[in-house]
Amino acid sequence: MPLSQLKDSVPVTGMGPQVGAYGVQDTLRSGFSSVKNELLPSHALELSEKNFQLNQDKMNFSNLRNIQGLHAPLKLQMEYRAARQIQRLPFLQSSHLALDTLKGNDESISFEDILNDPAQSEMMGEPHIMVEYKLGMM
Amino acid sequence: MATLSVCQPQLGGFSFENCKRNAVLEAEVTKLGCNVPSARKTGTTICGVVFKDGIVLGADTRATEGMIVADKNCSKIHYISPNIYCCGAGTAADTEMTTQIISSNLELHSLSTSRLPRVATANRMLKQMLFRYQGHIGAALVLGGVDCNGPHLYSIYPHGSTDKLPYVTMGSGSLAAMAVFEDRYKQDMEEEDAKRLVRDAIAAGIFNDLGSGSNIDLCVITKGRVDYLRPHDMANKKGVRCVYEHEALPHQTGNYKYKQGTTGVLTKSVIKLDLEVVEETVQTMDTS
Repeated sequence: MPLSQLKDSVPVTGMGPQVGAYGVQDTLRSGFSSVKNELLPSHALELSEKNFQLNQDKMNFSNLRNIQGLHAPLKLQMEYRAARQIQRLPFLQSSHLALDTLKGNDESISFEDILNDPAQSEMMGEPHIMVEYKLGMM
Repeated sequence: MATLSVCQPQLGGFSFENCKRNAVLEAEVTKLGCNVPSARKTGTTICGVVFKDGIVLGADTRATEGMIVADKNCSKIHYISPNIYCCGAGTAADTEMTTQIISSNLELHSLSTSRLPRVATANRMLKQMLFRYQGHIGAALVLGGVDCNGPHLYSIYPHGSTDKLPYVTMGSGSLAAMAVFEDRYKQDMEEEDAKRLVRDAIAAGIFNDLGSGSNIDLCVITKGRVDYLRPHDMANKKGVRCVYEHEALPHQTGNYKYKQGTTGVLTKSVIKLDLEVVEETVQTMDTS
């Protein structure tokens, strides 16, 4: 399995419609849609929590760039990219140990570790579809 | 689960899947006239004071669920680290989980720095977490401890603002407790005076606020020593009328018997009843 072809899954900011291959709502992958679900978030914190880690990283990298110069965030992002590739196939639980150590998540506990642990979820993603999506075949 | 997004990996943490469903249910339920289950709050009096050598934290022990007392003896002074303790008011589960998470994080932090944690660190961690959740985590905290820089006392509000003060109160009984503090607080008190002051402040909250009651818990933190006094004082005992400190003995409740000789006796006549034995039978018991 050529790991270098795996897509990084970056969540999209905002709620926008989930368009598929033909520019239409992709019912197979993102389920049934309703305008209300897409226009308004169901909770005040939903959007901010979805993008929290991204926004934190952006803020930290831009601070680092201002303090130490462009090389610092570039080097760090290169290391993150390398560490992010050490994972199992998408439908299995990977520990992300290298990535956690780099980010410093191994020294803190938050609600992500206590509530809704993905390793304990009752549903498993469909393996074939998830791998095909990751490889960009879909 | 309504829709499972196949392509994105699952994340831990809060899940907002059921929020829309809950909003719809709440609207339906008010139409039918029933009540949505409410969270258990600690409707509380908590307070803290800085004295000469350290900190005294105090709390009452009642947890309410709407108009009912859910827990008559709950513990509101939570452990954060060996030299830092935190009182929590607001939603009981939120204060419990928040203090446990911060306690774990402080432990990891102190293991990695190999130093005793500072109160300012705990304050900063709590404030950043509560601000991240914009007040939806209903935890109002009084954080106190003694570290290498001396005793520190902070009050932390659910939206994430903090105050560093010599005496603080929080909770529904905070105004009653603050009245006692404003009257009698002095700088650099002795330990016994500080304990008495905090006990009186919590008692004011207990007697004047419906949301606070039962016993008074105290926690005295000094450099190198922590006294967790639970219960320090039982202000509301069941079955005993409230005893004030200036009364000598507690009287027994419900003793309505009159003394012998209260009613005067005018005449006395004794009539003997002659009872004859009519029949006498013996029934043997079967003891096998």
